[in-house]
Amino acid sequence: MAGSVAGDKPFTLLTLHLFRPGSLRMRIVTKGGFVKVAKFIGRRLLNLVILLFVLSLVTFGLLYLTNSDPARTLAGAKKVSAAQLAAIRHQYHLDEPLWKQYAIWLGNAVHGDFGTSIRTQLPVSQMIGQRAWVTLTLALLALAIALVVGLPLGVVAAKRHGTWRDGLITALAVVGLSAPSFAVGLLLLYVFAVKLGWFPVYGLGDGSFADALPHLLLPAITLAVGLFAAVIKVSRASLLEQVESDYTLFAQSRGVPRGTITRWQLRNASLPIMTSSGLLIASLISGTVIVETTFSIGGLGTLLQESVTFKDIPVVQAVTLLLATIICVTTAIIDALCALADPRLRPNGGHRASAEALPSKEGEA
Amino acid sequence: MSEARQTSAQNPTQAHARPETPDQKPAQAAALSEKPAQKPIQTPASQSTVRQHPRLLPLPTRIRRAMSGSWAMLVSTLILLATAVIGLIPSFNSGALKQNIVLGAVPAGTDGHMWGTDALGRDVFMLTVAGARTAIAGPVVIAVGAMAIGLVFGLLAAYTGGWVDWLISRVVELMLSLPTLLLAIVLAGLIGGGYWVNVLVFMLLYAPYEIRLVRSAALSHLHDPFLDAARLLELNPARILARHVFPVIRPVVGAAMFLDMSNALVSLSSLSFLGLGISPQAADWGRQLSDARDQLFNNPMTAIAPGIAIIVVSVAMNIVGDWITARADRGER
Repeated sequence: MAGSVAGDKPFTLLTLHLFRPGSLRMRIVTKGGFVKVAKFIGRRLLNLVILLFVLSLVTFGLLYLTNSDPARTLAGAKKVSAAQLAAIRHQYHLDEPLWKQYAIWLGNAVHGDFGTSIRTQLPVSQMIGQRAWVTLTLALLALAIALVVGLPLGVVAAKRHGTWRDGLITALAVVGLSAPSFAVGLLLLYVFAVKLGWFPVYGLGDGSFADALPHLLLPAITLAVGLFAAVIKVSRASLLEQVESDYTLFAQSRGVPRGTITRWQLRNASLPIMTSSGLLIASLISGTVIVETTFSIGGLGTLLQESVTFKDIPVVQAVTLLLATIICVTTAIIDALCALADPRLRPNGGHRASAEALPSKEGEA
Repeated sequence: MSEARQTSAQNPTQAHARPETPDQKPAQAAALSEKPAQKPIQTPASQSTVRQHPRLLPLPTRIRRAMSGSWAMLVSTLILLATAVIGLIPSFNSGALKQNIVLGAVPAGTDGHMWGTDALGRDVFMLTVAGARTAIAGPVVIAVGAMAIGLVFGLLAAYTGGWVDWLISRVVELMLSLPTLLLAIVLAGLIGGGYWVNVLVFMLLYAPYEIRLVRSAALSHLHDPFLDAARLLELNPARILARHVFPVIRPVVGAAMFLDMSNALVSLSSLSFLGLGISPQAADWGRQLSDARDQLFNNPMTAIAPGIAIIVVSVAMNIVGDWITARADRGER
């Protein structure tokens, strides 16, 4: 094992078996694993489809959740005569059997037609289309801030493990993780917008993209607080695992330069970090609802909140389905990618991982 | 206790070399590793020569070892106890909701209102104190309820195995993949039943996490020799689960309950912040924050007081949960 692949750096063998760019292709080719990969993807795809199906059922059933007659709910708050109720009942197919209603609704939904909003009488897809960019920008900004701030802090905390810096960063992470985003948002709003006047207080400005960015900055920071707490925890934990592992000790005692050791550590630690960061998307999207309401920003989150308060069912159904689908699909994709890259994450890959690692390197040599 | 003496006979550096669970704060870790250095047989005079906090309370060492942890832990427990006591005494609530619309929002420091009033003229301080009730009652019920469901189904799945286990696992997996807060907002908002309906919704949404936790904890202990012995004796399965399995998984359950309480507090107050469920008259920190959005220029204390209160209580619950996890991990080794 020693020396054949890595030449004069035997330690790289230990460090690289976890994350090598060629590992994915090599496993498929040498282990005859094409069928396995297909089965793996197929199983995950099936899970995803079942999940989305259940999601669509739940979303469809929202109409019947309110304890009043669905036709009454769809009529809105204004008074309607019996004839108008009957017309609504016919328009929304409420007299058909349930499964047929579901099929019609799902068919329309797949084509992007979610009906008309009860509150504004506009087509739902138009309302969503108007506001989607706000939520998207907010989410991407928050993710960027969280990663840019959280990853270095987590690395610092792990490298300076046990000192006051580590304690401070961990304390910050605990607070960021437990504090609700609206509380943090309002406190930040008071300090930075009211007292210091660095940021605009509410709203989106005059509607143009350039003016919206400064308005989105404070909300993005608020959203990022909860996120980077998780990023700090994960990056610190996974890097700590590397710092305290055997190969670090051996490399240090052998005099390998610190920069090289850090490079190996970061490479090995990157996989769990990527997994968890991908799974942050779920809380990211759920968090936009709260943050948008806090800062009165007209995105999908405020749309959802207003529609739920008003019981505007078509809009609620559309936004819920959209957001939940995005969350589930993204999570499934990231799950699948990470499981493909690291066999230990596969359902039965745990005990195969150590057996696969060494023979496959010899096979390559 | 004798094993504790033997391990603590080794120097504190031994304890440092053990891989720490990532959740432990180094302050806690330092305190935990230093405490075993104090030996029960040493006199108080020699103990004070070991470098750490001076002994404030002359309690027996067994109690002090049980209390081992950082100052954060102590403060957190006190905060939680205070909140629980305040929240559960009904007499605090009566004065808090008195409105004085003529007065309106007055800034902090005016006569008779230490932290000012909100838009309806309610005293901010009393309102915040009264809000402790919804901050404790709901999360505790959610945590206990979700854990009860988790115990029932988790232990059932772990002990029975077979298709029961498969079915429960599939359902749990499915529910775990759904976004919790989003669904909660939509479900609770559309049902629109008030505070306790929200509590019920969250109890059902948190249950899958507990089921998975209990199931994996029970599975890891299921083949321990003492349980094999209990099964050989053909004891009633319910009795085995309650009297033999449950005490083993109790630390994990306890830690998860506190972390659940912290999440539940955030979730419940998020819902009331969005205006879903709680009536506008009730004293609730989330509701207070929602009303405070308009008052930031008039009386910022309307936002600062409940904001800090919620953050402090939530962090306290989290710290206690982390501490129990750390103690459970230590006990497992």
